[in-house]
Amino acid sequence: MAVSRRIVLHFPKRIVERAIVCRLAKDYDLEFNILKAFVTPEEEGLLVLELSGEQKEYDKGIKYLTETGVRIESLSQNFIRNEERCTHCGACVTICPSGAFEVDPKTRLVNFLNEKCVACGLCIKACPPRAMEVHF
Amino acid sequence: MAKTIEEINEKIKKGTAVVVTAEEIIGIARDKGIKKAAQEVDVVTTGTFGPMCSSGAFLNIGHAKPRIKLGGGRTYLNDVPAYAGLAAVDIFIGANALPDDDPRNKVHPGEFNYGGGHVIEELVAGKDIRLVATAYGTDCYPRKRLETWINIKDINEAILFNIRNAYQNYNVAANTSDKTIYTYMGVLRANLGNINYATAGQLSPLLNDPYYKTIGIGTKILLGGGIGFVAWHGTQHNPNVLRTEKGVPKRGAGALAVIGDLKQMSPRWLLGTSMLGYGCTLTVGIGVPIPILSEEILGYTTVTDEEILAAIVDYSNAYPNLKADILGEVSYAQLKSGKVKLKGKEVPTASLSSYPRAVEIANVLKEWIKSGKFLLTKPVAPLPGVESGITIKPLKERPLE
Repeated sequence: MAVSRRIVLHFPKRIVERAIVCRLAKDYDLEFNILKAFVTPEEEGLLVLELSGEQKEYDKGIKYLTETGVRIESLSQNFIRNEERCTHCGACVTICPSGAFEVDPKTRLVNFLNEKCVACGLCIKACPPRAMEVHF
Repeated sequence: MAKTIEEINEKIKKGTAVVVTAEEIIGIARDKGIKKAAQEVDVVTTGTFGPMCSSGAFLNIGHAKPRIKLGGGRTYLNDVPAYAGLAAVDIFIGANALPDDDPRNKVHPGEFNYGGGHVIEELVAGKDIRLVATAYGTDCYPRKRLETWINIKDINEAILFNIRNAYQNYNVAANTSDKTIYTYMGVLRANLGNINYATAGQLSPLLNDPYYKTIGIGTKILLGGGIGFVAWHGTQHNPNVLRTEKGVPKRGAGALAVIGDLKQMSPRWLLGTSMLGYGCTLTVGIGVPIPILSEEILGYTTVTDEEILAAIVDYSNAYPNLKADILGEVSYAQLKSGKVKLKGKEVPTASLSSYPRAVEIANVLKEWIKSGKFLLTKPVAPLPGVESGITIKPLKERPLE
């Protein structure tokens, strides 16, 4: 069975210079699409990936990353909507390039479709009540 | 079948008043007809929840010992300047005020993370606010500096006084230029990348009473989750605009100046807001009850999103240059469909005003009235109508020689 997930990889300082992600393709036949990559002020590497492949190989790939010392989180844990501040105005809907915000035509409530988020961060500052938060 | 406000209030006190929202009345009138609906329904509640920049609060902080005269000095609340041109301890915090050291748009677009609207939200939430003031000192008010925490529960008065809220219809904003622009109508992408609109449409107070037949000075309303009143017509009140056959303004028209006790209000309905590249403001919740005094008044409350038209204005050219040109007209039903056809292009739409929260406000007000805790008031004076001849004037600039 094929799977595709959006994940956030944290590379501790000691391994940022090693070639790691390419092994996912070479050894586990996984495809990855890099959504975001940067080095944090603490010199930790951060990579947001969409990783896809056969479930069995995917699990092996994740195991390899973990054993190498990479900390893995699901992207949905990193991009969150502060429900207390969101007013469901809808200003985010046309800002998001990946269509991660959808207005329910009946209730006019804005749904945040986490799985569509590509972690670009455009919504963070465009949201008038500043309800979108990123916690990398 | 004409009813009076007194008769409706008697029914409210007995718990027999029939109260529905401006959304619900549409279906009721469609099913029963205007005549029967007007007989059965006593009150229609409206609601709106959106950024309203002309908002602010007066605070009387109480006298310090020894005394200080803030009037004529400088006062800051959480580093945001408050107006101190009044007497000794009355200050005013405006929603758009920014800390002196905020970088504004020096690096464009500025973020505007904290300003007067956020101070008001935190004050209402019961948080301590840091007050720093300097004054020049007098014989009767000797002190020259004051640094203290204040809290809404300890100060004498906290009064929300918004000089222009609840606009009756508003521009729909677009951008025909080739770069993204950052406006009070939100982020507008280049080449008609999106268009933004800003009223609650069929639920909006003044769109349900287009000729101000029931809403007037003294009308009791829901303001910021508490009780407030219409204090005056809003600044730039402009009743003489293009209207549809049913009288619904097709442009920004009337507005309300509203006042209420901030101490009763809630941060859920007064929210500090940041418009990227533009500034800080306050998102305000307002609900206005419309007494169904006649079939005519009920007829106005049945207005639907299909019947409300607004002008699409180019915020990259016409708006900043105060030109009257518009790109077209569009109905709220089209806007709410998510896409509008403009200049041969399908343009996605977004709202700055929260419709679900407007529905919630109309329902809260409905429950207050049904439970007998909110009686209706008769205006003490009307808002200026079409007959007033009032129109909005541009500034007559006379260069200083």
